[in-house]
Amino acid sequence: MFAQSSFLKLVFGRLTFDAFPIHEPILVVTFLGVATGGIAVVGAITYFKLWGYLWREWFTSVDHKRIGVMYMVLGIVMLLRGFADALMMRMQQAMSFGDSQGFLPAHHYDQIFTAHGVIMIFFVAMPLVTGLMNFVVPLQIGARDVSFPFLNNFSFWMTVGGGVLVMMSLFVGEFARTGWLAYPPLSGIAYSPDVGMDYYIWGLQVAGVGTTLSGINLIATIVKLRAPGMLMMRMPVFTWTALCTNILIVASFPVLTAVLVLLSLDRYVGTDFFTNDFGGNPMMYVNLIWIWGHPEVYILVLPVFGIYSEVAATFSGKSLFGYTSMVYATVCITILSYLVWLHHFFTMGSGASVNSFFGITTMIISIPTGAKIFNWLFTMYRGRIRFELPMMWTVAFMLTFVIGGMTGVMLAVPPADFVLHNSLFLVAHFHNVIIGGVVFGVFAGISYWFPKAFGFKLDRFWGLMSFWFWVVGFYFAFMPLYVLGFMGVTRRLRHFDDPSLQIWTFIAAFGAVLIFLGILSFLVQIFVSIRNREALRDLTGDPWNGRTLEWSTSSPPPAYNFAFTPLVHDLDAWWDMKKHGYRRPLEGFKPIHMPRNTGAGVILSAIAVVFGFAMVWYIWWLAALSFVVLVLTAIIHTFNYDRDFYFPKEDVVQAEGERTRLLAAQA
Amino acid sequence: MNADTHVDHHDSHADEPAHGSLRSYLTGFFLSVVLTVIPFWLVMGDVLSSKQATALVIMAFAVVQIIVHMIFFLHMNPRSENGWTLMALLFTLVLVGITLSGSLWVMYHLNANMVLDPGMSQMP
Repeated sequence: MFAQSSFLKLVFGRLTFDAFPIHEPILVVTFLGVATGGIAVVGAITYFKLWGYLWREWFTSVDHKRIGVMYMVLGIVMLLRGFADALMMRMQQAMSFGDSQGFLPAHHYDQIFTAHGVIMIFFVAMPLVTGLMNFVVPLQIGARDVSFPFLNNFSFWMTVGGGVLVMMSLFVGEFARTGWLAYPPLSGIAYSPDVGMDYYIWGLQVAGVGTTLSGINLIATIVKLRAPGMLMMRMPVFTWTALCTNILIVASFPVLTAVLVLLSLDRYVGTDFFTNDFGGNPMMYVNLIWIWGHPEVYILVLPVFGIYSEVAATFSGKSLFGYTSMVYATVCITILSYLVWLHHFFTMGSGASVNSFFGITTMIISIPTGAKIFNWLFTMYRGRIRFELPMMWTVAFMLTFVIGGMTGVMLAVPPADFVLHNSLFLVAHFHNVIIGGVVFGVFAGISYWFPKAFGFKLDRFWGLMSFWFWVVGFYFAFMPLYVLGFMGVTRRLRHFDDPSLQIWTFIAAFGAVLIFLGILSFLVQIFVSIRNREALRDLTGDPWNGRTLEWSTSSPPPAYNFAFTPLVHDLDAWWDMKKHGYRRPLEGFKPIHMPRNTGAGVILSAIAVVFGFAMVWYIWWLAALSFVVLVLTAIIHTFNYDRDFYFPKEDVVQAEGERTRLLAAQA
Repeated sequence: MNADTHVDHHDSHADEPAHGSLRSYLTGFFLSVVLTVIPFWLVMGDVLSSKQATALVIMAFAVVQIIVHMIFFLHMNPRSENGWTLMALLFTLVLVGITLSGSLWVMYHLNANMVLDPGMSQMP
């Protein structure tokens, strides 16, 4: 008996049948739902014989446009999971007053708020922002692809791998119960001995590889692959913000990786970096993780500032007001974002000199950000504004983000922060800037570039539905939290004693339902648009009368993006070309050198998931084996010399001829 | 006009910096060996009387070692990649400086508002 159990332990580590949560009705129902949905999708793909197509054309693709689209799909799928968590939390808080305990036990509730934060930041916001950068940046700078196309595919699949590990925790074991940044000592082995924290660590480490590599890739792309004539100060603002964002990624993600490695050492081999005893110091974790964490919020918001800049200029029919100041504001924010991290822990003991230094630097950041708001306003001033969907999101952003920015400056005042720290006011503030900034921006970006990616516009009616549900829902969901925060209600509470507060959590839950309708409307919008794609079709490649180079090619762009590398003479290169009567070259095409698809990214990421899973469950033999296989596979892939080909001249001629014919039919 | 494609640049290596000569590699190798041996000698031979001085000297050697690697093995100079490498280096130095000095300052300050030390509670 004993021999058998130790044998099982050797083979399965600490993975036993108890790890499958068959005794938790909520999880069983969720699992049945996910399983049914999953089987339906897999069945449909099999029925329509799409596996080969998906594998050849998408999963193994090194085309930055397809990888960008896959990032967006990942982000939207994970949004559904993250939002389901949000709905459950809001329902719990609306119900759990006085004698009622709500429907979530504490053990489960703690996992939900942790998973919500982790998923929304790492697997929703990051993929959506990275996806837009991946799709748009090479097109905007007139490049054929990113600098390292295979690395791009690999980065994407590592992000997916991290997401898979986090999702796995739902049905095999459990997730962390520590809050999204997992402060020790709570996240240490003494207080979180279960697998939840290990899922957290390995999920983020696997995804972090992808994020860092994609950051390096996009920096190299922007620095090295700009079309001739596109000087730094002629780059579109979105490309500028993408450059700064990726510099932030490359500079800050290693800090996250290092701090999680130290935490893993504490948990796995018994070191004492962040423990209470033996000279460990949990505060060092808090300090280090915010050195990553603060730049992270700018990693999310800088690219969407770029989106708003493109949208505001395009739909006002004017060039962006204050391009130079916009660029310098972005660069200033890039540097300043490294000087403010302590404002996340003003209350943790430092004295007046440290707190006032970081309070002041925080307030200084609002100056370049404010300059940006004025630039967008002046861009709209006396413009011929077209209130298409992207512009609506931009206006909603400006109104909403200013509120979030002002509450941010309030929190930057250390004495005020001592009152508001860890309260629902803080929760309301960061949702105000992340939803009002990042999410609105991503929706602006999706509706702006969707016609470029697929060749038809998104349906306006359902877009408006989504817009209004989201915007109104946001105010209903988070303004009550400001009020509750002022009353001193702290975050992450599962139960309230004071019944007079219930009206506020009830309003917040109502807002969450409105946002849910907004998400549904968005999905309906995609569905309706695909069904009506012929009516919504754009044949020109330039549906919005755009200003930057991505609108100069067809929609969707050919695999090679541009048959001839464009020559740039001015800011807003495509606008300048249109103004000077640009004529598409109709002959002289050449074969185009292209990277070849490869399945190595999928395989490497799958092995990384196995490694992460083995580490989580202490299955040491599998961890060692998968690690060796991982390294070997990577080395073997370097011997794959069949990595490029020439896109035949006849195909270029045919594709470009087709476009000429369509353009002529339009005219 | 209409430069064929930048993808082609990867084949030609035309605009890439020099990869260094045998002589520069040997110089770099020799310097890094010397810079490694001296710290070992300092520790193993107990040359300096104070441990703190030894630690500081070793760190100084480490900094020089980094510079040697950057010049002889990474072929960095102010002109390489149109100055991008130099700018990236300066940016990295600024960030590392902020991170290290900031962390030290913050960590030494974190008990300013704590009354854990019995001596501090006597303060006015």
